[in-house]
Amino acid sequence: MNKRSLVSALRWACVGMTVFLGGCNLEVLSPKGDVGMQEKSLILIATGLMLLVVVPVIFMTLFFAWRYRASNTKATYAPKWSHSTAIEAVVWTIPCIIIAILATITWRTTHDLDPYKPLQAQAKPITVQVVATDWKWVFIYPDYGVASVNELAFPANVPVNFQITSDSVMNAFFIPQLGSQIYAMAGMETKLHLIANEPGSYAGLSSNYSGAGFSDMHFTAIATSQQGFQDWINKAKASQLNLDDQSYHALAQPSEKVPVTYYANVKPGLFDSIIAQYMGDMKMDKIGSEPAQANAIPSHNDHAKAAE
Amino acid sequence: MFGKLSLSAIPFDQPIIMGTGLVVALLGAALLGWLTFTRKWGYLWSEWFTTVDHKRIGIMYGILATVMLLRGFADAIMMRAQQAMAANDAAGFLPPHHYDQIFSAHGVIMIFFVAMPFVVGLMNLVVPLQIGARDVAYPFLNSLSFWLTASGVVLVMLSMFIGDFAATGWLAYPPLSELKFSPSVGVDYYIWALQLSGLGTTLSGINFVVTILKMRTPGMKLMQMPVFTWTALVTNILIVAAFPVLTVALALLAADRYLDMHFFTNELGGNAMLYVNLIWIWGHPEVYILILPCFGVFSEVVATFSGKPLFGYKSMVYATAGIGVLSFIVWLHHFFTMGSGADVNAFFGITTMIISIPTGVKLFNWLFTMYRGRIRFTLPMMWTVAFMVTFTIGGMTGVLMAVPGADFVLHNSLFLIAHFHNVIIGGVLFGLFAAINYWWPKAFGFKLEERWGKASFWCWVVGFYMAFMPLYVLGLMGMTRRMNHYANPAWQPYLIVAAVGAGIIALGIGFMLLQFAVSIRNRAANRDLTGDPWGGRTLEWATSSPAPFYNFAVLPEVEELDQFWADKEHKRAYKQHQHYADIHMPRNTGAGLIMAAFGTVMGFALIWHIWWLAIVGLVGMVGTFVARAYNTDVDYYVPGAEVEKIERARLVPLHKLIENVDPASAGQKVA
Repeated sequence: MNKRSLVSALRWACVGMTVFLGGCNLEVLSPKGDVGMQEKSLILIATGLMLLVVVPVIFMTLFFAWRYRASNTKATYAPKWSHSTAIEAVVWTIPCIIIAILATITWRTTHDLDPYKPLQAQAKPITVQVVATDWKWVFIYPDYGVASVNELAFPANVPVNFQITSDSVMNAFFIPQLGSQIYAMAGMETKLHLIANEPGSYAGLSSNYSGAGFSDMHFTAIATSQQGFQDWINKAKASQLNLDDQSYHALAQPSEKVPVTYYANVKPGLFDSIIAQYMGDMKMDKIGSEPAQANAIPSHNDHAKAAE
Repeated sequence: MFGKLSLSAIPFDQPIIMGTGLVVALLGAALLGWLTFTRKWGYLWSEWFTTVDHKRIGIMYGILATVMLLRGFADAIMMRAQQAMAANDAAGFLPPHHYDQIFSAHGVIMIFFVAMPFVVGLMNLVVPLQIGARDVAYPFLNSLSFWLTASGVVLVMLSMFIGDFAATGWLAYPPLSELKFSPSVGVDYYIWALQLSGLGTTLSGINFVVTILKMRTPGMKLMQMPVFTWTALVTNILIVAAFPVLTVALALLAADRYLDMHFFTNELGGNAMLYVNLIWIWGHPEVYILILPCFGVFSEVVATFSGKPLFGYKSMVYATAGIGVLSFIVWLHHFFTMGSGADVNAFFGITTMIISIPTGVKLFNWLFTMYRGRIRFTLPMMWTVAFMVTFTIGGMTGVLMAVPGADFVLHNSLFLIAHFHNVIIGGVLFGLFAAINYWWPKAFGFKLEERWGKASFWCWVVGFYMAFMPLYVLGLMGMTRRMNHYANPAWQPYLIVAAVGAGIIALGIGFMLLQFAVSIRNRAANRDLTGDPWGGRTLEWATSSPAPFYNFAVLPEVEELDQFWADKEHKRAYKQHQHYADIHMPRNTGAGLIMAAFGTVMGFALIWHIWWLAIVGLVGMVGTFVARAYNTDVDYYVPGAEVEKIERARLVPLHKLIENVDPASAGQKVA
C-alpha cells in the first residue's frame, strides 16, 4: 500500500460518493410524516455522534499505517512499548462517553417513537385495520364500514391508528416515507401510529419475506385532503363488492399481484374474528371467552394499556 | 420403501440446476478417477480421512470452507444478477421459487459451512501450537466434529439436486417454515443439515474449552496466553452456551413438522415469536463466535508486523470477555419491530451499543500497536488495515440500527444487508484471509506468493465497497431484502453497480485460488526453513514449518507473554536437547468418519421419510460409537530416538543459518 495508491483510492472514493448520491431520492431521509421526520433526525444525530469517533479512527489507521511503515526509518520505533495507562484511560473513556450520550438519546426516543403510542394532534384519529394475507394487504375501515385491497387512503395531518394482524405467515407493514414499520403476525394484533404531513402517494410494502408472492406484496398509501378522503370512501362505497366471511375467505387464499379492489360493506367484527380463528382451543379457556381479549397475546395487551 | 422420494424429486425441468449438477458430476468423476488412477485412496484414508491430528483436521476444515465459499458465492452472483435485471417488475432469470431457495442457501452456507468451518479450522490449526500442546484434549472427538460438519455440507449440496432447499430465509422463521406453508422437503434438509453440523460444532466447542483450560504447556498462566487463544477460549465458551439453543429450536421445529406438534404454528396456541427469540438467542452470540477469533488474528498480525508487543494486552482480554458476556443480552435487537414495547426495546438497544465500547477499545489497541512500530506491509497486515477501516464503518451502521427509533425504518432493508456484510466480510472474511496468509507457512512449510495475493486483496476490497455501499443507499431508498423483482426503476442503477462489485469480488476469489496454485507450484522457492517466517512472538513459531506431528519435541516452558520473542532475544530459542523422551500420541481412527456417514444416511432418510433407513443410520451411528468406546488400542508412543532424529534434521542446519544473525529478528532476516 503505497502513497500513490492511497491517494488515488481516496480520489475515486470522492468521485464515487458524488455520483452515488447525486440526484437520488432517499425516501427514508425525505419523510413526509412526523414520525418519519423524527426518525430521520435521530438517524442523522446518531450518525453524527458516531462519526466523532469513526472519522478519527479511520484517519489514524491510515496515518499510522503510512507514518510507521518499515521503510520510514525517520519515524520513532519503540519496540518494547506496549502499555500506557493514560492512553488506556482515554480509549475506554471516549467510547463510554459517546455511548452514554447515545444511550440517553435511545432511551428517550424509543419511548417517544414507540409505535404503540398514539400521536398528539388536533384532528381526531382514524382507525385502519390491516390484514396481511398471502400475498396482499387488506385494509378495513371500521368507522366507515368499507375495505380495500392493496390501496390505503387517509387524510393528511390526521393521525392514523393502524391495527395490524396476519392471516398467514409473518409480514411487516411498512410505508418508508411515513416512518416506522411493525410486524403483522397471525393470532396477534400489533399497533402502529403514523401521520402524513403532506398529501401524496407513498409506496408501502411488506418488509418481511413471506414466501413466493412476497415481492409483489406492495400497496399505495394515499394521503389526501379531507375532501379527497371522503371521495375515496365514497368510491369504495360505490363498489359492487362486500366483504363478508365467505368473500373474505376467498380473498385470503394465496394469490399474487391482486389489483386494487374496494368493498362497499364489511361485516362488523371481521378483523377480530380473523385474529380469533388462531386462538383455536384457547377460546374455551378463560382468556379467550371474550373476543376483545382474544385479539392479542397477553404481553401485547399489557403493553397497549401501558401505552395508553 | 422410499418414503417421499421418487424420481420426480430431481428437478429435470430446471436447466440451471441440471447444468450445475452435470458440471459437479463431471468434475467429481474426474477427481475420483484421478485419485484412483494415481492410487491416492490409501494415502488419503490413512493420512487424512482417519487423522486425529489437529493440524490436518484444521486444513480439511479449510478445504471444506473454500469449496463451500465457491458454492455460496455462486448463489450471491445469481442474486446480484437477478436483482440487477428485475426492475419494473421484470421477471429476471430466476423464478421466485428458485430465487428464494438461493438466498436461503446463500445465508446458510456462508454462515454454517464457510465462516464456521474456517474459524473452527483455524482454531484447530493454531490453538494447540500457541499453548504448546501436542493435540487437542479429545482428538477422536475432533475428527468426529469435522466429519459431522461435512455431513451437513453433503445434505445441503444434495438438496440442490434431489428435492429442494428451504425457501424461507436463512433462519427459517415459522410459520413460513411450518408444514402448512412449506410442505416440501426444503426445510427438512435445512433442519437435519444444521442439526448434524451443529452437533459437530458443539462437540468442537467442548473440546477446545477443555484443551485451552487443561492442556497449556507448563508455566503458561491464563494471562500469558496469546490473544488469539484468548479469543478462541471465549468463542468456544459461547459455542457451548449458544449452540444447544439452536439444537433445541430446530428440534422443536422438527417436532412441529414431523410429529404434528404446535410450538410455532399459528394454530392451537403456537407462537412463532418463541422461535424467533430462540434462534436469535443462538444467533447473536453466533456472530461473535465468528468475529472474536478474527479479532484474535488481527491482534497477532498487527503485533508481529509492527515489531512490537500488542498494546494493552489486558484491555484486549477483558474487552474480549466483556463482548462474550454482552453478546447474550442483545438478541432482541434483531426484531425491535415485533412490538415489544419501549422499555424492552430501549434495554436491548442500549446493551447492544454498550458492546461497541470494548470493540472500540480493541480498535484503539490495534492502532496504538501500530503507533511507533516498524510496520511491514505483508498481506496479513494489508488485510488488517483494510479490516480496521471497513469494520469501523460497519460498526457504526450497526450501532445506528441498535437505536430502535432508527431501526424502525432500517429494519429488514438493504441497509441491514449492507451492514452485516460490512462486518462479516470486512471483519470475519478479511480476518480469515489475513490468517490464511499468516499461518499458511506453519501449516504447509512454505509461504504464499504475494503477487496474486495482492491482486486478490485489491479486488476484494474494491469489490466489497462497490457491492455493498450501494446497498446502504438502497436501504435508505426504501428497498427491502429478499425481493425477487421490484417496480421502482430508480433502484436499478445501484443494483447494477452492486452486481459489478460482486463480479470484482469474483476476480478476488479467482486470484486467491491462483495465489494458492502458484505458491504450491513454486513451493521449493518459498520454503520456510526456520519455522519463524515473519519474526513471530508466540509459541507456534518456535517449532518447525510445517509443525511435526507431535508439535513440540519438548514441551516449552513459559514464564511470560510472547515467550518465543523473549527466547529469541536471550538466545534461548531453537535449543537442541541431549535427550528426548518418548512422546504419547493418539492413534488415527475412522470411527468419526463412519459415524458421520451413518449420520448423513439418517439425515437423508429423515428428510424423505424413509423410516427404516433412518433407523439403520441411527443404529449405525450409535453402534460405531459403542465399538469405538470398547477399542483400547487408541494411542501409541513415538520413541525418543525417532524424535531426536527429526529434531536434529531441523536444528543442525538451522543453527548454521542463524549463527550470525540477531536472534530477535532471525526469522525476518532469514526469510
